[in-house]
Amino acid sequence: MLKSNDFSGKIRKIIIEQCKRANVGHIGSALSIADLVGVLYDSILKMPADDHNRRDRFILSKGHAALAVYAALFLKKMISLEQLNGYCADGSLLGVHPEHFLKGVDFSSGSLGQGLSFGAGAALAARMQKSARRVFVLVSDGECNEGALWEAVMFSAHHKLANLTAIIDCNGQQAFGYTKDVLSLDPLAQRWRAFGWDVHEIDGNDPKAIKDTFEALDFSSGSPHAIIARTVFGKGVSYMQSQIKWHYWPMSDAEYQQALSEIKDNE
Amino acid sequence: MRKVFVKTLLELAQKDERIMLLTGDLGFTVLEPFRDAFPKRFFNCGVAEQNMAGIATGLAEAGFIPFFYSIVTFAVLRPYEFIRNGAILHQLPVRIVGVGGGFEYGSAGITHYGLEDIAVMRAQPGITVIAPADSAQARSAILESWNLPGPVYYRLSKDDRTVVSGLNGEFALGRAQVVRKGKDVAIISLGGISAEAAAAAEKLLLLGIDVSLVVIASVHPAPREDLARIISGHSLVFTVEEHYINGGIGSLAAEVIAENGLSARLVRLGVKQGYNGVSGSQGYMKKINGLSAEAICRAIQKSCRDDTPKVKLSRKAV
Repeated sequence: MLKSNDFSGKIRKIIIEQCKRANVGHIGSALSIADLVGVLYDSILKMPADDHNRRDRFILSKGHAALAVYAALFLKKMISLEQLNGYCADGSLLGVHPEHFLKGVDFSSGSLGQGLSFGAGAALAARMQKSARRVFVLVSDGECNEGALWEAVMFSAHHKLANLTAIIDCNGQQAFGYTKDVLSLDPLAQRWRAFGWDVHEIDGNDPKAIKDTFEALDFSSGSPHAIIARTVFGKGVSYMQSQIKWHYWPMSDAEYQQALSEIKDNE
Repeated sequence: MRKVFVKTLLELAQKDERIMLLTGDLGFTVLEPFRDAFPKRFFNCGVAEQNMAGIATGLAEAGFIPFFYSIVTFAVLRPYEFIRNGAILHQLPVRIVGVGGGFEYGSAGITHYGLEDIAVMRAQPGITVIAPADSAQARSAILESWNLPGPVYYRLSKDDRTVVSGLNGEFALGRAQVVRKGKDVAIISLGGISAEAAAAAEKLLLLGIDVSLVVIASVHPAPREDLARIISGHSLVFTVEEHYINGGIGSLAAEVIAENGLSARLVRLGVKQGYNGVSGSQGYMKKINGLSAEAICRAIQKSCRDDTPKVKLSRKAV
């Protein structure tokens, strides 16, 4: 049974509706981070104003799940319904991957393995500017295949960027298979820990656990933080859960109705 | 140019605290003055150029002007996609400093040769590409471009001594520098090899061939109008670049000729062959690739002969 808070539930509903309207995939990837994104936008990220020195930065390095962030931006009234309904439409700023041209997105992404470097630079900048703003980077587990990501992991630990948090969405899947079969990441927590990060393993679909973990982090001193978030790919829609095809697949009408009803039941 | 780069950057950094210097573990005996003067604004990012390009992006987004430094291939090719998706896509003031274009790293071999950096960088809209010909021009170029809002790539030479006579440190974005006006053929040279081109021009003059010599340091924005004007005054034009012939300024000249319907014949002098494992000094590598002053001179003489009577020399060539 899904234990989603209201905000994450709304994100899931928007993901399903928009993916159907646009007839596109990446549904499972977006659903797996709905709770992480929901808690971040609803409870954690400090965004007093667009140009505020203390505005936290959030980077969705696994850009293919951008719809979850668009949903959050809409729910926080940072983008309009009209913009949201333009998801994947001709002439829209809301493509499959997030673009910084869209207000509310600081860094474009889509090429895996780059966001953590951007985030480390952003965290270093905040420290140099003596700002209390924090940087959160959401990466996927498959993204940890990218060698460049580990360059950023080393840099961040070396410079003790405590204002930087990497959230690893461990749904165990990537585009063409399960991570354990494609390029094993285990033991992922030990790897991040061995690189000098402050590592926390949590249920990434449990909003309370997510919130409690973020709130307990020391962003002012010590090591950068890695949240190994164990998630379920396609969380909330039974037939999508842990199924490889829902990385790319769009929904049929019947699948859409079932997905909606399951999401609704769990709201 | 490395020394003048550091000297100029030091001066700028004293005036503007946004300036930072990152290196991919290179610059020993070169970057120390900056490191010692501004230890908090200097970061050795380690041998990790992709991350360095990403770090620079994050810093620039917050208002800094980070210069990141490495050998051309490691500054441009290794982190190319980071540069594309970071500094260029976000239009941030990241400065990429690539040292040692062409064969400057001589016996270090192909991994250290910058032979396609101009091609891949000028392919990208939204980045300024600068390849100075000597130290004085490098200083002018840095002073004119350091504060641009978007990214800049500097292709700098290790050579601090060579001076291109007649250039006088002149630089302007989007402009070419006419070092010498001649009546017969035009040589258009890219950055650091301009001294060889100038020496070739001197030799050719003694042989009765009056040469225009044009330096391109502002590769992007390209000096298209200047090139069209200069090329239209000649029937035979040579481009000289320590770079593969495809995608560099030879290609740029070809674009200008085609797009303006000019009738000049273009001969592109550059690196034409793939690497066969044989290396040597920069001078040796230039020689075997037809890019020494003597080889440039010979190639131009030959083309003038081959093109006669199409190319009407101002006086009888020797």
